[in-house]
Amino acid sequence: MRNFNRRTALKIGGAAAALPLLGAPAFAQMDKVRAAFVLIGTPDDNGWNFGHDNGRKYMLEQLGEDKVETTVVTDVAEGPDSERVFRELAQQGHDIIFGTSYGFGTYMLRVAPEFPDTKFEWATGSEMAPNVSIYNAKFHEGRAVIGTIAGMMSQTGVGAYIGSFPIPEVFMGANAFHLAARKVNANFITKVVYVDSWFNPPKEADQARALIDQGVDVITQHTDGPAALQVAEERGIVGGFGQGADMSAFAPNAHLTSIIDIWGPYYTKAVKSVLDGNWTSGSSWEGLASGEVLIGPYNPKIPADVVAAAEAVRLGIIDGSIHPFAGPIVDTAGNVRAAEGDIVDDGEFWANEAWYAEGMEV
Amino acid sequence: MSVDLIIPIIMTLIPAATPILLAAQGELVAEKSGVLNLGIEGMMLTGAVITAAVMLITGNVWLAILCAALAASTAALIFGFLTLSLSANQVATGLALTILGTGFSALFGQPFTGKAVPLFKSPFPAELAADPFWRLFFGYSPLVYFSLAMVVLIWWFLQRTRPGLILRAVGESDISAHSIGYSVIGVRYLAVAFGGAMAGIAGACYPLMLTPQWVERLTSGRGWIALALVVFAAWRPFRLLAGAYFFGLVMTLEVYAKASGGGFRILPSEAWAALPYLATILVLVLISMRRSGSTSAPACLGKPFIPAT
Amino acid sequence: MRLKFEKRPEASTAMLYLTPVAAVLITMALGGVVFSLIGFDGFGAVREIFISPLVNAYKWQDLAVKAAPLVIIAVGLSIGYRANVWNIGAEGQYIVGALAGTGVALLTHQMSGFWILPAMMLAGVLGGMAWASIPAFLRTRLQVNEILTTLMLTYVAVYILNYLVFGPWKSPTSFGQPQTVLFSPSQSLPYLIAGTVVRWNALIAVVVVLVAWFVMTRSVFGFQIRVVGSAPQAARHGGFSADRTVWLALLAGGGLAGFAGILEAAGPFGHLIPQFPTNYGFTAIIVAFLGRLHPVGILIAGLVLALTFVGGEMAQTTIALPFPAVGVFQAMMLFLLLAGDFFVRYRLVRVKPKSETAPAAETSTEAA
Repeated sequence: MRNFNRRTALKIGGAAAALPLLGAPAFAQMDKVRAAFVLIGTPDDNGWNFGHDNGRKYMLEQLGEDKVETTVVTDVAEGPDSERVFRELAQQGHDIIFGTSYGFGTYMLRVAPEFPDTKFEWATGSEMAPNVSIYNAKFHEGRAVIGTIAGMMSQTGVGAYIGSFPIPEVFMGANAFHLAARKVNANFITKVVYVDSWFNPPKEADQARALIDQGVDVITQHTDGPAALQVAEERGIVGGFGQGADMSAFAPNAHLTSIIDIWGPYYTKAVKSVLDGNWTSGSSWEGLASGEVLIGPYNPKIPADVVAAAEAVRLGIIDGSIHPFAGPIVDTAGNVRAAEGDIVDDGEFWANEAWYAEGMEV
Repeated sequence: MSVDLIIPIIMTLIPAATPILLAAQGELVAEKSGVLNLGIEGMMLTGAVITAAVMLITGNVWLAILCAALAASTAALIFGFLTLSLSANQVATGLALTILGTGFSALFGQPFTGKAVPLFKSPFPAELAADPFWRLFFGYSPLVYFSLAMVVLIWWFLQRTRPGLILRAVGESDISAHSIGYSVIGVRYLAVAFGGAMAGIAGACYPLMLTPQWVERLTSGRGWIALALVVFAAWRPFRLLAGAYFFGLVMTLEVYAKASGGGFRILPSEAWAALPYLATILVLVLISMRRSGSTSAPACLGKPFIPAT
Repeated sequence: MRLKFEKRPEASTAMLYLTPVAAVLITMALGGVVFSLIGFDGFGAVREIFISPLVNAYKWQDLAVKAAPLVIIAVGLSIGYRANVWNIGAEGQYIVGALAGTGVALLTHQMSGFWILPAMMLAGVLGGMAWASIPAFLRTRLQVNEILTTLMLTYVAVYILNYLVFGPWKSPTSFGQPQTVLFSPSQSLPYLIAGTVVRWNALIAVVVVLVAWFVMTRSVFGFQIRVVGSAPQAARHGGFSADRTVWLALLAGGGLAGFAGILEAAGPFGHLIPQFPTNYGFTAIIVAFLGRLHPVGILIAGLVLALTFVGGEMAQTTIALPFPAVGVFQAMMLFLLLAGDFFVRYRLVRVKPKSETAPAAETSTEAA
């Protein structure tokens, strides 16, 4: 696990140092991989960091502790401190280092060239390098599923999307949520608000209260904690959704279902490719189909027809018959983003400024 | 935004303002005695983590609040010992206390992180507490009523009682208070301990009322707003209440304005967020321009008292 | 036999230098015991935090990188503290300095030239000074307490930073992420030694220390600051203007904090992001005290604080010590240091039992 003793460290360091002498190529197989995970918070946040740590545990189980050992560094700030952490981990002889936040990228890209034999993986990243891969998950596919539930269950016809920052990942999710809700309720309105933080529980909670007071009865949040969900429970509205992990413990009644980040298979694949000596730099962006995004258990209070509709969307996205951004899509300014029969490609969100589909209030 | 939002806004702003008010009340008493404790944030975090821990272990809310007050008060006494008995610099010691509280709470709180804490709800019958109108008066957590009672109590204590008079005298002129025979250090110890207890209860508001769970850095810097509030209120208990609700209003209007969609946003959200601090500076300027003795800072604020012998 | 504290006739120089060392050593001992008692590898933690970074030459670079801004800010603050001017808003001045320098960087982003970096630095210093001049003005004109204004302005600075990086200064290529463009090579602080992570700011920090040392001991300005701080009455008689001292103290503190801010932005950060404020301005207050408000002491204290940060990270990876434990160690060290101050001014003396005490002895204690 996190602990390792100096003896193993020396052994591994020694093994790595011996490789070039044996004339082994870069594609050498390894007996044991040392993987490090750099987190922006702590694994017990029940959200983002929790998801990554679960992925690590899954990977450990899959590959076995005799094949991989892991180090976790928590509470790393997105700045030069992370640069030092990456360098430290690379120097300690870690073979693969996962940086699980966008803001680590600048510093990871600085360190990576100094350690060409170390593999770096940048979650939600935007730039690759010979030894830097990027990986992300199509959370917005999950948003389409919960949007369907929201659209069918909301009594006021007004939902809310509490976001952190207006970045593509977030406004994509908001659009997917809203468009799915509109398919089942043509007049559905989604209020999108940004709390300018990934984690500020008092503010998230107050924001949820303000939204509920203005007619919102389904809330989904794109921040890292369950604060908004707890307010949904307290106020007894139709409900909310877990983000990143199952959060039903915080809101047994209000928690309708959750979008669960499953990083395990990706981590397993990445570490295994290091073990097998065939890791290459690349970009991974998978979703429901490959199991990186999972929909948690449905709350028993959800009517059967709603569950059926949500499942239809989920399965449709998996088999490709449904696309979250299928046209016609018109944005708030009246521009046609996709014509009937057309789609907005997932990648296009990265190329443009934030936009919102008709019926969203920002 | 419409008129029927007035009650909901008030219902949100009062709980949001309550921890700031409670912490500021404690700080006010400490500052009135001449001690500037910059460790509010650390003491609040200590109170918050202890509350969550006791609630999750015993489920007894009164015990939780009591333990929070005692724990934060103990932290305050470390500060007191250094600044009062050893006459260390109050600014540096207060900052160290915040570092300690932040570190301690994060470390101690690890087993309790992210576990739902039961809410400490209104003590009134549901017909009142949930009524669309009467909830405005009866719909709050007991912590809110406690903070309101403390406004009167602190005012009465400072203005109408002999110990209150002594406390103010110690803050205004420690040397004369000492020469009359009062224990300057003793009075300040009590004031600092009280300040800590109130900050601890302020911290308890988060897991019990606002965000029913413990996570690292739960109070997100609101202890510093409490510090600003004391100054904003010109060291007067009733103005403290008005100021707390004003700060609460600013924070609440921001989230309501965002929730109501475009049009209402006359200022960027950063300007809203900076408003309490700018208003505090403005109040400081106004106070000093008026120069009336009773509204200005306690004369001995932040200065160590070293007896002549 | 009873023991009693007695005020020293003069502050003890030996204690002045011994107590910081003692504070660090006692923190190591006490921290080891306390953390062992609560179930951690306490002495492992002490080893990783305080010793491992020192024996690993690679880590020295990290210490230099982390200590540089702390030292630069703390030197500026110490000047004010010596004159009893309590600027606790260096964090805000640090941010505004970085903002001013970044403003120049954004204006010159398409240009290149040796003059750009110095222009950014100058803007950083001026930005920090400008931010500190607000409390200076309020204090000298309106007697507004600078402790409160400098602190309040820190928060205002944070929101200005957020406004700019989320709004007008957001990079067009950042995919909506709040950050400015990366500084170009002619806007970035070069590395001091190729192949290391140490940039010029490490050397600049040392130069700042030496200049400050010289100024404080050899110049009229330094003399004025020291006199105003230690004997305000005498200073007034000597014709030193109190207002002028306040201005100088705040401008020195603000200017150096702003300087540290732009050095950090143009160096380790490489661009401005909302996470730019990392409490260097507050940690520097601790550094100033730990260094006894003396430039050389501050240099050492800055390295000690950097040690706890860098060592704390190592302890996390090597013995799984939770990161918040570092904060507990830092607080413990500071508390002990502040407690140690007492021994600079007081000494422990033996009090003879009452019966033996001659009346004359009593009067002499009174006099002391």
